[in-house]
Amino acid sequence: MSTARSKPAAKRKASAARKSSGTRKTASKRGTASKRRQTPARPTKPKFTETLVNVQGLTMHFPVTEGALVPRVVAHVKAVDGITFDIMKGETLGLVGESGCGKTTTGRCILQLEQATGGDIIYDGQNLNELNKQQMRPLRQRIQVIFQDPYSSLNPRMKIGEIITEPMKVHNTEPDEAARRKRALELLEVCGLNPKFADRYPHEMSGGQRQRVGIARALSVKPEFIICDEAVSALDVSIQAQVINLLEDLRDEFNLTYLFIAHDLSVVRHLCHRVAVMYLGKMVELADCDELFDHPLHPYTQALLNAVPIPDPTVESKRKHQIIKGEIPSPINPPSGCVFHPRCPIAVEDCKKSVPEFRQIRPGHWVACSEI
Amino acid sequence: MPKLIEIEGLKTQFYTSAGTVKAVDGITYDVNEGETVAIVGESGCGKSVSAMSILRLIPDPPGKIVEGSIRFQGRDLLQLSEEEMRDVRGRDIGMVFQEPMTSLNPVLTIGRQLTETLEEHLGVTGEAADARAIELLGLVGIAEPHRRLVQYPHHLSGGMRQRVMIAMALACEPKLIIADEPTTALDVTIQAQILELMKDLTRRLGVALIVITHNLGVVARYADRVNVMYAGKIIESGTAHDIYHNPRHPYTLALLKSVPRMDLPRQAKLDPVEGQPPDLTRLDDGCAFRPRCGFAVEKCAREFPPLEKVKGPHIAACWSKEKVAKSARATAAQTKKLRKAS
Repeated sequence: MSTARSKPAAKRKASAARKSSGTRKTASKRGTASKRRQTPARPTKPKFTETLVNVQGLTMHFPVTEGALVPRVVAHVKAVDGITFDIMKGETLGLVGESGCGKTTTGRCILQLEQATGGDIIYDGQNLNELNKQQMRPLRQRIQVIFQDPYSSLNPRMKIGEIITEPMKVHNTEPDEAARRKRALELLEVCGLNPKFADRYPHEMSGGQRQRVGIARALSVKPEFIICDEAVSALDVSIQAQVINLLEDLRDEFNLTYLFIAHDLSVVRHLCHRVAVMYLGKMVELADCDELFDHPLHPYTQALLNAVPIPDPTVESKRKHQIIKGEIPSPINPPSGCVFHPRCPIAVEDCKKSVPEFRQIRPGHWVACSEI
Repeated sequence: MPKLIEIEGLKTQFYTSAGTVKAVDGITYDVNEGETVAIVGESGCGKSVSAMSILRLIPDPPGKIVEGSIRFQGRDLLQLSEEEMRDVRGRDIGMVFQEPMTSLNPVLTIGRQLTETLEEHLGVTGEAADARAIELLGLVGIAEPHRRLVQYPHHLSGGMRQRVMIAMALACEPKLIIADEPTTALDVTIQAQILELMKDLTRRLGVALIVITHNLGVVARYADRVNVMYAGKIIESGTAHDIYHNPRHPYTLALLKSVPRMDLPRQAKLDPVEGQPPDLTRLDDGCAFRPRCGFAVEKCAREFPPLEKVKGPHIAACWSKEKVAKSARATAAQTKKLRKAS
């Protein structure tokens, strides 16, 4: 039975969900705020051995055209410019960087929503860039996505129940309509929503609730790999923590692999096992989460970490702020050599000329900088 | 320090088909000269509406300022005529909006948008206005300012546009700038640049700043005093130190606990504020936070707790202040322990 997999989770959370009108409340925690559970300071990192996704030299150059009748290509936006990384089964890889660095495009290329202009994406042994639409179809069921904007990513004319059953219909994972409906109700509970939401429309829900619907929809076809593209960025602080915890619970429950694309570094640090930093279409650093945040090596990573304000006035007043100057250059005409050199505090003459090699400095710690 | 602006009992409501939305429900606070005051809260808590009310930019209908007074340099802004108010906007009080993409006029050059303010309020025109515009763009750190005057907003990046917005707000040397989520739409490294610029300028020029944000880190870095809003009311107010190290309202405490922190070792789980924000059309006499509150008592449903003095400027509206203080101390001790461990 296809519903078997989610049943235990649904049962466990059902009672809590029923008590609340909207979102699941952990009723047991009421009034015990001071008696917080003691958590291990550092979650132990599980060992991942099996590669699920292998991205090799991925490039995505979008043509810039001029001329209305006969468009001619005048330039290319180098959104992603030769990046290599892999994602292990069960792992959460964080992909961070500022707007325009190519992190979303990378996600879209893996989803085959963009046809990459170069490189390979090997998913569980198959090269996605070489598959045709029909061959890609079964894989689409295994790879799902959660989008950033909970307002525009749900069809306003469909009921929540229909939104969640749609992927099951498309992939025909559940031919029976009643069974689909049943599974949709279960998924709502798994995602901390009251099953009565199934007959409502998206506009009747808050942003956090809609994002939970987006997650339920992604889970409906039992994927193994979910790309979370800024999945919590649009949510309020108090709601953001709820959704992060949900994503974490689901990861453990269903043994999911995430590619977590985000710009909020503190969220990435909380959720991810490994983190990759991108700048202007290039990967500048890749390391285990703690290693990256404790010992950032690339000057851009260091600047990025330094720029994040910490919610504590005492800590903030003691911190040294090194603000990097300048703007993010255009990916149409990126700087020569190392793309970061115009803003880099430690750049030398050679950085303008030669592209730094993405190399392994310590086991598992990769960095693209020649000055380290 | 002399008070620059005193807001008292301000109430702004919107009349919609779903009912009356009490967006701002009786807030009182003041800002001293040269001070930076932050208003923190989540979307829909009324923080932007409270700022718009100061400048009387509430669309009427559906909105209306129904009660209160806003004393600015001895005058009540709510009693001024529309004509007089137009003189205040831009000259005495500058405004920086969240969206640098939409708050600049796309069909006017940067220069025209800057000189318009100067012309309107100070009667400066022609070359003198251009010279001042160049000076302002230089002040906010824009390279080659003379070249920018003839450019349009779409020529500039998001960070640059926000710098132009700040230049416009500064144009008439106002005493107060209201910045509504000034860096929310910007990237982290650009956010750091803009915030540093605003801090530097307010210090140097002695301008007071009301900054509206949901980012607790931004508040910790830049604010002298903090007002925390929930469902249209200020529920806690104090110095940044009071709010972050000694919170007395459960919402403040819960907000601080729900964000992952980069300076502490990673936690296995986050501690979110459970439940959803309230529907502002269906507020009762009780405390609006009580359905999500871990400290709620029976009295919370009947009576809204008054904003009571904790110590000095620190005030909080909660019936269980002592219990919250105890919990906050426990959290602080835990934080200290975690920091030591790292």
